[in-house]
Amino acid sequence: MPRRTDISSVLVIGSGPIVIGQACEFDYSGTQACRVLKEEGLRVILVNSNPATIMTDPEFADATYVEPITTEVLTTIIAKERPDAILPTLGGQTALNAAIALDEAGVLEKYDVELIGANIPAIQKGEDREQFKQVVEVCGGESARSAIVHTIEDALAAVEDLGYPVVVRPSFTMGGLGSGIAYDEADLRRIVGQGLHYSPTTEVLLEESILGWKEYELELMRDKHDNVVVVCSIENVDPVGVHTGDSVTVAPALTLTDREFQKLRDIGIAVIREVGVDTGGCNIQFAVEPDTGRVVVIEMNPRVSRSSALASKATGFPIAKIAAKLAVGYTLDEIPNDITGSTPASFEPTLDYVVVKVPRFAFEKFPAADDTLTTTMKSVGEAMALGRNFTEALGKAMRSIDKKGSVFHWDGQPATGEALDRLVETIARPTEGRLIDVQQVLRAGVSIETVYERTGIDPWFLDQVQLINEVAQATADAEALTREVLAHAKRHGLSDAQIAQLRRTSEDAVRGTRHAVGLRPVFKTVDTCAAEFAAQTPYHYSSYDEETEVQPRTRPAILILGSGPNRIGQGIEFDYSCVHAALALKGEYETVMVNCNPETVSTDYDTSDRLYFEPLTFEDVLEVYTAELAAGPVAGLIVTLGGQTPLSLAQRLQDAGLPILGTSPQAIDAAEDRGEFGKVLAAAGLPAPAFGTATTLAGARETAQRIGFPVLVRPSYVLGGRGMEIVYDQNQLTGYVERALENAADGGRAGTLPPLLIDRFLDDAIEIDVDALFDGTELFLGGVMEHIEEAGIHSGDSACALPPVTLSNAELERIRLSTEAIARGVGVHGLLNIQFALVSDVLYVLEANPRASRTVPFVSKATGVSLAKAAALVMAGRSIADLRAAGILPEQDASVVDLDSPVAVKEAVLPFKRFRTKEGVVVDTVLGPEMRSTGEVMGFDVDFPTAFAKSQDAAFGGLPTGGRAFISVADRDKRSIVFPVKRLAELGFEILATEGTAAVLHRSGIRSTVVRKHSSGRGPAGEPTIVDLITSGDVDMIVNTPSGQGARADGYEIRAAAVAADKAMVTTVQQLGAAVQAIEAAQAGPFSVTSLQEHDAAAVARREARRQAVVA
Amino acid sequence: MTDAVLVLEDGRTFTGQAYGATGSTLGEIVFNTGMTGYQETLTDPSYHRQIVVMTAPHIGNTGVNDDDPESARIWVAAYVVRDPARRASNWRSRRTLDDDLAAQGIVGISGIDTRALTRHLRELGVMRAGIFSGDALVDGGGDRRPDDELLTEVLAAPAMAGADLAGEVSTDTAYVVEALGPDGEPLGTPVATVAAVDLGIKAMTPQRMAERGIRVHVLPSTASIDDVLATEADGVFFSNGPGDPGAATHEIDLLREVLDRRIPFFGICYGNQLLGRALGFGTYKLGYGHRGVNQPVIDRATGKVEITAHNHGFAVDAPLDGESVAPHDGGRYGRVVVSHVDLNDDVVEGLRALDLPAFSVQYHPEAAAGPHDAAYLFDRFLDLMNDQKGAA
Repeated sequence: MPRRTDISSVLVIGSGPIVIGQACEFDYSGTQACRVLKEEGLRVILVNSNPATIMTDPEFADATYVEPITTEVLTTIIAKERPDAILPTLGGQTALNAAIALDEAGVLEKYDVELIGANIPAIQKGEDREQFKQVVEVCGGESARSAIVHTIEDALAAVEDLGYPVVVRPSFTMGGLGSGIAYDEADLRRIVGQGLHYSPTTEVLLEESILGWKEYELELMRDKHDNVVVVCSIENVDPVGVHTGDSVTVAPALTLTDREFQKLRDIGIAVIREVGVDTGGCNIQFAVEPDTGRVVVIEMNPRVSRSSALASKATGFPIAKIAAKLAVGYTLDEIPNDITGSTPASFEPTLDYVVVKVPRFAFEKFPAADDTLTTTMKSVGEAMALGRNFTEALGKAMRSIDKKGSVFHWDGQPATGEALDRLVETIARPTEGRLIDVQQVLRAGVSIETVYERTGIDPWFLDQVQLINEVAQATADAEALTREVLAHAKRHGLSDAQIAQLRRTSEDAVRGTRHAVGLRPVFKTVDTCAAEFAAQTPYHYSSYDEETEVQPRTRPAILILGSGPNRIGQGIEFDYSCVHAALALKGEYETVMVNCNPETVSTDYDTSDRLYFEPLTFEDVLEVYTAELAAGPVAGLIVTLGGQTPLSLAQRLQDAGLPILGTSPQAIDAAEDRGEFGKVLAAAGLPAPAFGTATTLAGARETAQRIGFPVLVRPSYVLGGRGMEIVYDQNQLTGYVERALENAADGGRAGTLPPLLIDRFLDDAIEIDVDALFDGTELFLGGVMEHIEEAGIHSGDSACALPPVTLSNAELERIRLSTEAIARGVGVHGLLNIQFALVSDVLYVLEANPRASRTVPFVSKATGVSLAKAAALVMAGRSIADLRAAGILPEQDASVVDLDSPVAVKEAVLPFKRFRTKEGVVVDTVLGPEMRSTGEVMGFDVDFPTAFAKSQDAAFGGLPTGGRAFISVADRDKRSIVFPVKRLAELGFEILATEGTAAVLHRSGIRSTVVRKHSSGRGPAGEPTIVDLITSGDVDMIVNTPSGQGARADGYEIRAAAVAADKAMVTTVQQLGAAVQAIEAAQAGPFSVTSLQEHDAAAVARREARRQAVVA
Repeated sequence: MTDAVLVLEDGRTFTGQAYGATGSTLGEIVFNTGMTGYQETLTDPSYHRQIVVMTAPHIGNTGVNDDDPESARIWVAAYVVRDPARRASNWRSRRTLDDDLAAQGIVGISGIDTRALTRHLRELGVMRAGIFSGDALVDGGGDRRPDDELLTEVLAAPAMAGADLAGEVSTDTAYVVEALGPDGEPLGTPVATVAAVDLGIKAMTPQRMAERGIRVHVLPSTASIDDVLATEADGVFFSNGPGDPGAATHEIDLLREVLDRRIPFFGICYGNQLLGRALGFGTYKLGYGHRGVNQPVIDRATGKVEITAHNHGFAVDAPLDGESVAPHDGGRYGRVVVSHVDLNDDVVEGLRALDLPAFSVQYHPEAAAGPHDAAYLFDRFLDLMNDQKGAA
């Protein structure tokens, strides 16, 4: 039966900003869905507030709305576009919740829009704990014993029966937000309290503990003819208790017999039928008691999920793509399996390899946070690797994490005595590094039984870790590094670097020996069928095995190195640029993508001509290159689009003789090296803040004294502002350096420091971000962004506006000239990002990065010009003039201001809600030079206030349009708040302030209500403090600017309460100004919506009008 | 670690480590793509005289238990895996697979590129092969035997085409599997009685019938029509089994006796091929067969797809579309339709007689190993017997 003919337009809802638990896997699924629907001839209307996504590129939909995903905005879009149907199952929990809200608001009925892919009763049955329990029972499965509660008192009563520990899960939250395990009453009160808050239905499930059970997941699909297939089974190496997103996972399941697996399959199929997912996919999680095999169904998601992205990449079965086809009426047997081209999608993939996923965390960004892994997801990204066995896949996955200390090691002697006892103690608590601790414990001779008892990790997996230890030992002990010894080590996943460590030699020496004995990996194919049928799709992974499957080709290849696992500071924005390079170069070149992040569009086998799912290390990239060179000519590698990870490989790759396209590694160095870059600036006559370096405390103090406080201090190897601090005086500096010395001592180099970079910090500067393209002769200024927050807050965490709201034409021209001078001086050939600071009419250069930046997708969306595509073509040898002639770049760049152009505002989304200290309170939320945001949204409208208002709506639900605003600012900010607070009062807000701030306001004629400071405690008659008021929900907006790094006593409590109460919070004066403007705009009525296609058409029309005017 | 060598009929060799028993073994080499169910596979009599390559790399992880075997012994001629488990981990495990293979004298090889081997067999078709390890790999002087000598041994082995093997795997004596009630306890009065001819029957097959209240008389492959009639069965069942259906003259004659008497008939796998031949259709050898648990089969009566377990190297050659008259003896058995088709390659996966109470499928509704999607076929058999009783 072909697709439904009664549908001609579909609204696809995206997942919004990247947050923990909901990341770029939904760009992957949404992009697939949009492609499918367009191919089917349907009009696709897309809404997603996240500009960094591929799906929001105008060519993927007919009408693309980069607008907030709120009921109000969605209703406006529906009224305007009148879609026949809404597909809500590919945009994560956000889209599903949005669909439910639309249904409840009667919008679907009013506009006669049908939900496809899932229906409301199915969503409810799948997500509502109580209903789902009944489903499981009907299906012959078991649920953990549980109770639904709506108050803390109910919870206390229920736990009498269930006993401690008890698992707490709020209904309708994503990524396990708000869930946890309570071991006692205090835990219970805290976790249930939070859970009730986060649950949109104020509902929490308490459940008998199944901690330590084996955990499995099945990915299922069902069509309207009731055909069901199980696409993939996934087994968690970490047992129940660690969120599956934070667990090391493996596909297929490796420790189940067929009978046990079929039992899960039978229950899974019965559940998807009973829930009523009739045209799409779902995942179901199971727990299996290790000693008895008792099966408990944990939960199901009636939609495409992070696990389904993983399963798609793991098997080659594109779940989202097929889900979209099922939603419009196809059945599984009507859909071809792309990979074989000859068989249908109505089958179950079988794997002849092992897939391992390892999460990547960012606890170093939140030093106060408790790093215990629980049922609330905390990881910010993941890497996946494939191997022909578990050990090979595990080794590759671990080194894909691209972070120090993330691989097995055999440093020093195995632990003994007390140190070993401590380590054995440690492994009971799941943490980021537990698997490595387990390896060390096993290495020290502790038995698998003991480790199993403490961790619950299946003995089969522990034995595999022990096998790796044994292989390492054999490698270390071997008399010589023979082919046999090397082959054994490689077969079990050891990298050249690990072998070098074991042999006390260099990585290059190991590689030299390995190549000399002719030991190279082969490349196998992911084919969904274990080689039963020939594969048409070159989706490869390396393995130390016998036969390679890379096909020869005649077209020259370009290898694009992706960005690896998502992390704070390096995420979807870089994947965006890599995907664009692949799209731009396709046709003329054979595009070859190398990446290891399963969540991304770049690792969709549809994106490039060839896909290598490989770690982004020097060794692995070199082997891919060698394999491709054997297959045909290679034009070069693109290393400047995937962020710091591929960039850091550039020099070594070039030294090894690989052709690097675009900006040369020498030029990359010139921009990174302080001295070199200083020369470039000096030659161009451009000022930079005074700076110096130091390697000792005395040196640091002297340098800071010379430069003058405040200074910005950071280690010289930073990424995403890691370890960066603004230091206001000598005491603070001493503290910083002492901490750095301690850290260095841990690394075994006591007393010395890697060079510290010390810059003069420019107070009250306007920070400007520029993305430009340079082809060696000509500059194309892609976009100039003005930050809302002052310099000193990491650009990734700062909101910014494009076009720059307050810059003059003269300033823009200066920016253009400076950018060009730097591009020329450094020797850029491709993209360049520069951060400037404007202070008292002086334009300082803060830093330049000759690579794609985080803002490239935002600039592209805001200007309608695909910078990344153009960059790829420039790197492949085209000139900017050439691209202009071909219509890929417009005649005029961002240095020419289009007065009627709309304003785009980028706002960062921060993950503070996810992290708790060991005491269970939220971590501090003050922005600083260290980036901590996970994602971004874009507000796009005719003027800045409306665009900013939209960005706030999209980022966290929006600013209040009335109510109570609490104002408490640092002394240095008191002068700047008078005007905005006055306006706020005029807009109808009741102003609350602490005594000092109230006095300042009073003198300016602003009436405010004085509230008690937290530090003063409650009043004699129990008068509440400001923290009490915030906690009880009586304050709608909190303005609190901290006074430097040290003084955080009151501020912290206020901010923590605001995060917990989920209220709008402003922590800088600049933000306050923008917020007041936005509130005024929001009060003016509902937002109007404009698609990117409409924006672009208007821009073209304006350009044409100007051209006509000139001609006339 | 002891070396082992796999030698294919076309001369390609793979060198790995000995697994299970050492020695030499010959057979037809085939690959199985199931990711679970190695115990069931090893003990499936249909694999008699076959060297089985597992495409899933890790085998043996859950050890060996006493519940899952499909027969009393391991039948495969040899076992080829990439990464055998060093440790068994499962609450039901009693011993390791390695030990079981060694104890039963099954020669195996591990550590070879099983994917390269599978691709080779896919492109060139299944073929004869041999595995040599231990003493079988060295000559009297202790030197490794040359490959051509090993190849000569492989080429001397009999081919699968033309092999009549049912007698080698069938039970010697008849036995009864009692009907079970819904509570799993034996049922006083069975709802039906079936005579199941054991051509290599798997334990799960009579079990699936027993679960439905059917008493099953399992008969040797040499059973005569009188033996069948003596059970007073309501229906006759032909099981799966090894060998070339073209060589099964006795069994086909027996089946025609059953059809002539209009006794309800159900066949699985080899039983499907025999029904095809009894009706006068041909059978042929597939290039590399279907062996795995993920095959999509469409039931043409309902249009629904079921994911099924397969283990067959031969298939029935019948017209795919529409009704056709069974060619045997001028159409004496009336009209037939192909009821099930494999969606991967359009191979006939089921036959249904329109003028006789007989049907069969090429795949394994009893699963073990594999999905349970096709279990409804046993209900269909029961319905057929009930209909026939009603009509009588």
